[in-house]
Amino acid sequence: MSNAILSAVVVLGVTGLVTGVFLFLISRRFAVKSDPRIASIQALLPGANCGGCGFPGCSAFAEACVRQGSLNGMNCSVSKPEAMAQIAAIMGSEVEAVVPKVAVVRCEGSCANRPRLNVYNGAMRCSIANMAGGGETGCFFGCLGCGDCVSVCKFDAIHMDAVTGLPVVNQESCVACGACVSACPRHIIELRNRNKKDRRVYVSCVNKDKGPVAKKACAVACIGCGKCVKACQFEAITLDMNLAYIDPEKCRLCRKCVDECPQHIIKAVNFPAPLPQKQSSETVSQTETANA
Amino acid sequence: MLKTFRIGGVHPEDNKLTRSCRTGTAGLPKQAVFPLSQHIGAPAVPCVKRGDSVKVGTLIAAAGGFVSANIHSSVSGKVSKIDSVLDASGYRKPAIFVDVEGDEWEETIDRSDTVVKGCNLSPEEIISKVKDAGVVGMGGACFPTHVKLSPPKDANIECLIVNGVECEPFLTADHRLMLEHPDEILVGVSIIMKALGLERGCVGIEANKMDAVELLREKAREYNGIEIVPLRMKYPQGGEKQLIDAVMGRQVPAPPAIPANVGAIVQNVGTVFAIYEAVQKNMPLIQRNVTVTGKSVKNPCNLLVRTGTPISQLIEAAGGMPEDTGKLISGGPMMGRPLLSADVPVVKGTSGVLMIPRQEAVRAEERPCIRCAKCVSACPMGLEPYLMATLGEQGDWERAEKEDIMICIECGCCQSSCPSRRPLLDWVRLTKTTVGGIIRSRNAKK
Repeated sequence: MSNAILSAVVVLGVTGLVTGVFLFLISRRFAVKSDPRIASIQALLPGANCGGCGFPGCSAFAEACVRQGSLNGMNCSVSKPEAMAQIAAIMGSEVEAVVPKVAVVRCEGSCANRPRLNVYNGAMRCSIANMAGGGETGCFFGCLGCGDCVSVCKFDAIHMDAVTGLPVVNQESCVACGACVSACPRHIIELRNRNKKDRRVYVSCVNKDKGPVAKKACAVACIGCGKCVKACQFEAITLDMNLAYIDPEKCRLCRKCVDECPQHIIKAVNFPAPLPQKQSSETVSQTETANA
Repeated sequence: MLKTFRIGGVHPEDNKLTRSCRTGTAGLPKQAVFPLSQHIGAPAVPCVKRGDSVKVGTLIAAAGGFVSANIHSSVSGKVSKIDSVLDASGYRKPAIFVDVEGDEWEETIDRSDTVVKGCNLSPEEIISKVKDAGVVGMGGACFPTHVKLSPPKDANIECLIVNGVECEPFLTADHRLMLEHPDEILVGVSIIMKALGLERGCVGIEANKMDAVELLREKAREYNGIEIVPLRMKYPQGGEKQLIDAVMGRQVPAPPAIPANVGAIVQNVGTVFAIYEAVQKNMPLIQRNVTVTGKSVKNPCNLLVRTGTPISQLIEAAGGMPEDTGKLISGGPMMGRPLLSADVPVVKGTSGVLMIPRQEAVRAEERPCIRCAKCVSACPMGLEPYLMATLGEQGDWERAEKEDIMICIECGCCQSSCPSRRPLLDWVRLTKTTVGGIIRSRNAKK
């Protein structure tokens, strides 16, 4: 009886010992050497795997960082600047100054502004509606309203406005990953510089039709009159295919163009309200400033 | 037992309301509009400018490449502008606008009704005449015909198949063409056979057009090597690959294989007629048969229409648009495109104008997939449409490419057979377009 127990203990003990030594040697021999910096960088990243940096996920970004040996040309728009500075410190390089950006929806074609001429009855995806034709209104460039941008946003930063039928970006949550920009089949959404106090001036229209056609389709379409181009002192505004565009790098936020626009589609966001109204900058909503 | 294709297919109600309506004419428009991309391939390049006078048959836009086609004026008058126009794609595309004045034809065009049978031209001359006349495939895809008539040199083509199937419900334009111009079509068939050096030609016609089968059979006795093949009704028999399978019993492999790889070349009867007119009568492709129909249309009819005529004029000729119209379609109910406006001009590929009553136009509410696999049995290309749709929803383009999404012919059998009314074709089209774009950009990088 005791023999049986003893032999079992001995056999198992020896087997365990031999296997243990074998596994130890094997693990030393075939150890995968991974840079400890990858793990520490990954810990600093948000872990959302949004793909906004151009890599398949946060771990791929960390690996690419270490492989390259520096942070040059790479940026995680989701992380705070402090986190990026920490990553740069791990890599032993300086962090490049990256202008923070935010997604901007360039269409004002709400139900009131853009009369509906047809009914789209297919699958509710902008990409499918875009293939089926120009859409429900006479404007073939504007928002289709099926919400492809909303469904791709991983940060809950873009929502459809039930009244206007247009997407609205929550500038606090938006991390400028660019998912909505590539999801929009009509290229309405653009990443623009946040600037000081999140102030932005942009043309909120992408219609490239000639003036009369565009105006007939939508009450607030860019008609390509070029008044804003003349008003701009910094040569920041260009007119291409009947559509004005403000270059965010050249724009000095002087807002001279805003009042010139006969269609009132140059939006100035987050500026303090005109003096007579005496409002603090927080309470000024986008639309109020626009109508002012 | 009549022949048909082997895989999949559906049986939609054929609704050929205009079966016995003689082809009439729609009259001249006040202004004709010619979109520059009426065909697959590069858009044509305008060769007239504002204020130029044109006659019927004058070249107004030249082919913009090898895979492209000439466009001729179908009316006489003055070019008023070159501007964008809303076309059947649902977008504004560049087009030439001609204000109509009188009806003066180019002198070279033979306008008589006599059938010119003999043809002494060499194959090269035939193909160049077809090219000059701007003939494109008139079944709907609008592929330039001269490209199809110049197959790769190593291809061993045995048989010309003429597509007189017209499997789309409602449409009868090709049916009437076969009944009213049988001799012209048979001469056209022998011209194509000569151009390609073929001994054998088959005309495939579905069994709901037995009058056309009998008439053509009777006439075909005078011609060598032309056989009329009646086919059992099944949609989409008019698809090129389905027709080859039905007539010859051969299946075309996945792209890049083309019908020539299995020894076949397919032309629509409308195209054959256009080729006859181009070669024997010097008439460019400036008019075509269009069926104007719909269940509540007052006088559904077949019309011989000049290209560039606004569709609203065709609707007027058919007794106006019914009040209950919910959807206006260019083409048939299965593969046609919904129109955003009735001012869209007739182009080379417009085979029909269909007005659908409101209650039929609205799609039923979508319900979850019940895994019945009806779409799989219906797919004539042997694909799994439910899977393609899901892959599209999930954005798994790599897997979709592996599952051969690119061979889909967008016939719509899957969607029409789905008991849960899922918008399968919408998703499949999205998947196919996206994967096609990925493949193109990959090839461009190489």
